[in-house]
Amino acid sequence: MAIAKTLSREADLRPPEMRFRIGRPWPALLLVPALAAIAAVSVYPVILGLWLSLRDTTLASRTDAFVGLENYQQLCSDSQFWNAWIHTMEFTSASTVLETLIGLVIALILAQRFLGRGLVRAAMLVPWAIPTVVTSKMFGWLFDGQNGVVNYLLRSVGLLHGNVNWYGSPDLALWTIVIADVWKTTPFMALLLLAGLQTIPYSLSEAALIDGASSWQRFWCVKLPLLAPTLLIAAMFRALDAFRIFDLVYVITGGGPADSTEVLSTLTYKILFSALLFGYGSALSTAMFITEIFIALGFGIFILRKFKEAAQ
Amino acid sequence: MSVTRTNQQTAARGYTFIPWNRVLVYACALFVLCWSVGPFLWQMSSSLQLDKRLVSGNPTLLPNPITFGHFINIFVGKSFQRYIVNSIIVAGTTTFLCLLFGAIAAFALARLEIRGRFGILGVILAVSMFPQIAIVAPLYMLASQFGWLDTYRVLIIVYLALGLPLVIWVLFGYFRTIPQSIDEAARIDGARPLAIFFLITLPMSLPGVVTTGLLSFIAAWNEFMFALAFTSDINHQTVPVGIANFTDVHYIPWGDIAAASVVVTLPLVVLVLTFERHIIAGLTGGAIKE
Repeated sequence: MAIAKTLSREADLRPPEMRFRIGRPWPALLLVPALAAIAAVSVYPVILGLWLSLRDTTLASRTDAFVGLENYQQLCSDSQFWNAWIHTMEFTSASTVLETLIGLVIALILAQRFLGRGLVRAAMLVPWAIPTVVTSKMFGWLFDGQNGVVNYLLRSVGLLHGNVNWYGSPDLALWTIVIADVWKTTPFMALLLLAGLQTIPYSLSEAALIDGASSWQRFWCVKLPLLAPTLLIAAMFRALDAFRIFDLVYVITGGGPADSTEVLSTLTYKILFSALLFGYGSALSTAMFITEIFIALGFGIFILRKFKEAAQ
Repeated sequence: MSVTRTNQQTAARGYTFIPWNRVLVYACALFVLCWSVGPFLWQMSSSLQLDKRLVSGNPTLLPNPITFGHFINIFVGKSFQRYIVNSIIVAGTTTFLCLLFGAIAAFALARLEIRGRFGILGVILAVSMFPQIAIVAPLYMLASQFGWLDTYRVLIIVYLALGLPLVIWVLFGYFRTIPQSIDEAARIDGARPLAIFFLITLPMSLPGVVTTGLLSFIAAWNEFMFALAFTSDINHQTVPVGIANFTDVHYIPWGDIAAASVVVTLPLVVLVLTFERHIIAGLTGGAIKE
């Protein structure tokens, strides 16, 4: 008993993570199943993909030879690729900006106390939980060119005179997809930002209030600067995710009309599984990967700068 | 002066001052509510309406007359139950394995001595950021080499690896909140770490485990691209692939699609609304307070 007490007292003096010293390497063994699964399904295939991108692997003709950077040269002069790249960037910027701004507004509203706040917050999880394929079909039906209820509602309030062929027209299709994505993802963004807002001590905006700051000033000069790192991190994750958009485009338009909604993921998918060009498709997905790294770096530099400002 | 003080007092309790501000808050809240549930309500209503009512050019939210024809169509005509069974097998197994492997890993990272644990966590997070389209081609080739195309196995393994990062991160956060002294007391009583894990840590973080399980179930249930690439027959295709392929030769069966959407989404919505508080806490690292 006395020994146990001494032991526990000794243990208390060590930093928390040292307390479980067992002297055998087996805690690391507990990580093996999880890390093995992640390595086998994410890390190894990425390396294999890089290797494939240097080959002309084609499943249909069963060719498989090393071609060096030929795929990448072809990619640079591929107008389909640049077309999809531009659409993806347009979609990524539009949805990230809209979702961050609208999410911020909703978060500010939900930070207020009002009756039924829990209900609104619960309801906001509904779009997030619905399978994206279902969301796609749902918006396909809502925005249907002939019998869509959106056309009907806009006509009833007099905003439209005739039916608009939303995702059937090259000018509007990408925007219809942006709307569907905003619907699906903004609530989640709002919840993340709400979490960030609630970590800001109330005493700070109270101090500003006593100094006579208006609610706008309290938001702009107190809350927003403190929220900036959260805002940027959330926007970064959102942008990286939006850049990979696949389900919505594949189901609503399939990339059409006239390639006006073709994005990198859907183009890559078609090159892989319709044309069976695994080498070229892998070069395309590597190009996507590289773009994502640049997006992450861009945000990363910005975020670091904000953190440094905050530290000073 | 007294008016200002009252305003400040109300403000201090978190209320805005001027009544029309309150009106604005309620108006916005109502808008957010309608915006969030409106499209799904319309989908539910559509699933109960006759096709000829849906294309009448005069849509109504309340179905009149109510018909269950679309539900009969999808189950009798399109064997939709086959996709549901596939999805339950895939998502259920994925969730179980995710929780098992993920919880053990999170326990090791949070409670045992592991060198470079934050490095490991960082790598796990970075891996989860990889674009999935970059791994679909190599995985397809591997799966076809193993003869694993059109099996539950390949989907389960892929979803397991894709779900693990979130499970590990969320459970790591939960396990860290349990006081270390509890482990110590058990250790002094002679419990080995695995016993501590199964008998103490896991039961104590049950809400966290339930939430994480729900998150990985939803992720596996909803995944589309890998299921589309790796399965080509109805015996292994999951619900999203089934719904995506719902088209008739001559027209788009919006009513049937709506019925299928309702069938696969309603259980999720009920689950999410039941566990709302835990899910939000899990997703935001416990930062949202009441």
